[in-house]
Amino acid sequence: MNGAQHVFTVTKREWQAFFNSPIAYIFLIVFLMLSGFFTFSVSRFYEAGQADLRGFFLWHPWLYLILVPAVAMRLWAEERRSGTIELLLTIGITPLQAVLGKFLAAWLFMLLALVLTFPMVLTAHYLGDPDTGVVLCGYLGSALLAGAYLAVGLFTSALTRNQVVSFVLAVVFGLFLVLAGYPPVTDLLAHWAPLWLVDGVAAFSFMPHFETMQRGVLDFRDFLYFGSVMGYMLFCTLLIIGGSRARN
Amino acid sequence: MIKVDHVSRSFGARQAVKDVSFTVEKGTVLGFLGPNGAGKTTTMRIIAGYLAPSEGQVLVCGEAVAANPALTQRKIGYMPENTPLYDDMTVEEFLVFIAEVRGYRGREGRDKAGTVIERCALHSVRNQVIDTLSKGYRRRTSLAQALLHDPEVLLLDEPTEGLDPNQKQVVREMILEMAPEKAIVLSTHVLEEVTAVCTRAVIISGGTLVANSTPRELLQRSPGFNSVRLVVKADPDTARAAFDDLPGVSRVLVLDHDAKRARLLLEPSEGQSIVAQALERASSRKWSVSDVEVDSGHLDAVFRQITTTEDAA
Repeated sequence: MNGAQHVFTVTKREWQAFFNSPIAYIFLIVFLMLSGFFTFSVSRFYEAGQADLRGFFLWHPWLYLILVPAVAMRLWAEERRSGTIELLLTIGITPLQAVLGKFLAAWLFMLLALVLTFPMVLTAHYLGDPDTGVVLCGYLGSALLAGAYLAVGLFTSALTRNQVVSFVLAVVFGLFLVLAGYPPVTDLLAHWAPLWLVDGVAAFSFMPHFETMQRGVLDFRDFLYFGSVMGYMLFCTLLIIGGSRARN
Repeated sequence: MIKVDHVSRSFGARQAVKDVSFTVEKGTVLGFLGPNGAGKTTTMRIIAGYLAPSEGQVLVCGEAVAANPALTQRKIGYMPENTPLYDDMTVEEFLVFIAEVRGYRGREGRDKAGTVIERCALHSVRNQVIDTLSKGYRRRTSLAQALLHDPEVLLLDEPTEGLDPNQKQVVREMILEMAPEKAIVLSTHVLEEVTAVCTRAVIISGGTLVANSTPRELLQRSPGFNSVRLVVKADPDTARAAFDDLPGVSRVLVLDHDAKRARLLLEPSEGQSIVAQALERASSRKWSVSDVEVDSGHLDAVFRQITTTEDAA
């Protein structure tokens, strides 16, 4: 039987697991309410007088910082705590298939959350004439950003059997990736570190890549960046899950 | 079909399994015995491909497990210790998921799940969420998961742990029914299980294999195996003298007596059967004999003799 089907089967089970628990509904409600609140009340969408979604996407890195680890923390930690990881890895599923399946399920779930923000787009269209290309590009950037956060969360979830530990680690890790390019952090380094290191750390940050996409610019380097963050974190997850056969 | 070949496994400095070798053929039900912490579960996990051995290898149907665990796992049905199950799913959803992983999709998968639900008598809970199941149903769901694809090799880690006597009986009957077609390894520390279902018994203690034989041979190692207790209507001292010079009898003890009757214990040398000779001797002396008991051996005595439990030692 081919591997892609195993990935799909794992994805389907994880998807069911989201909706079998209250997590999915709570997440969707909180995400939609908070993104609405930030857009309308904090970014002052109406008062800004511009029919675009910048004030909406602006908040996504911060929303994801807290909410994505909450989605991801369960994925491996729960398997470890309840022992089902032993079941999962002895019925003919490889660690790679399991890691990909879980990641896809969680990412599709994030995409569902994003799709459900469509009233924002409708509102902007009703009020004015936003540039559809920029809006789509913004959504694409947000989806990639969510995927990168998820890959980090999946990794921290694989490290522990404790979901709280996984959550905290993912938030700290995510915070670093958000802030790495942020002046207060780079200044801290600039005092003692050589310039190449400061630039190197800053280049790790989500923000510049996310922001170019919000401006409607599709740059290959941004795709490469998000792709490699996801690829690298999934690879690390795989090392932990696959390596556990020899270590545990 | 299963060949465990000089397998060792360490966890850090602790060696959980040391140089264990045995084979299991088709039609064999191997009872895998040992005290808690002896390395039973570790060995099962290595055969199932969940853990890699530090040294040695395991072959299942001629293929090395460690080379491609997912491939050999197709031929294995594994019921892990403590029955880990996806608690958020219903029994049927869970078994349909397992069927899909095992390559039965769509209608075929639902049929396979349905068959195994009937087989493991799970129909009354098929739509119940696994989290709410009783221990017995949990075990059976876990067993159903292992049986779904009708594997050639079945690994059951303590399959009857925590079941009531009726449920234990049901599980044993299922194992006996499948036995001729499969190679089955069943770990347990319930010794009665071994005599009830197993054709071979392997005992592991402190990570080392200490016995590999049939349950019958193990029983013969039991102290007092084939010793005879009987009551004869005769003077105790004459009776004792009469049995003492029987060939094969090493010792005769008078357990209890009054003027006319004596209760005796005849101990054989080297575990040979002496009951026939003893009864013949009694009848030649025209003594009436009653309450004859032949000691058929006790596995727990053998078990205690050849294993040590860390915290009991």
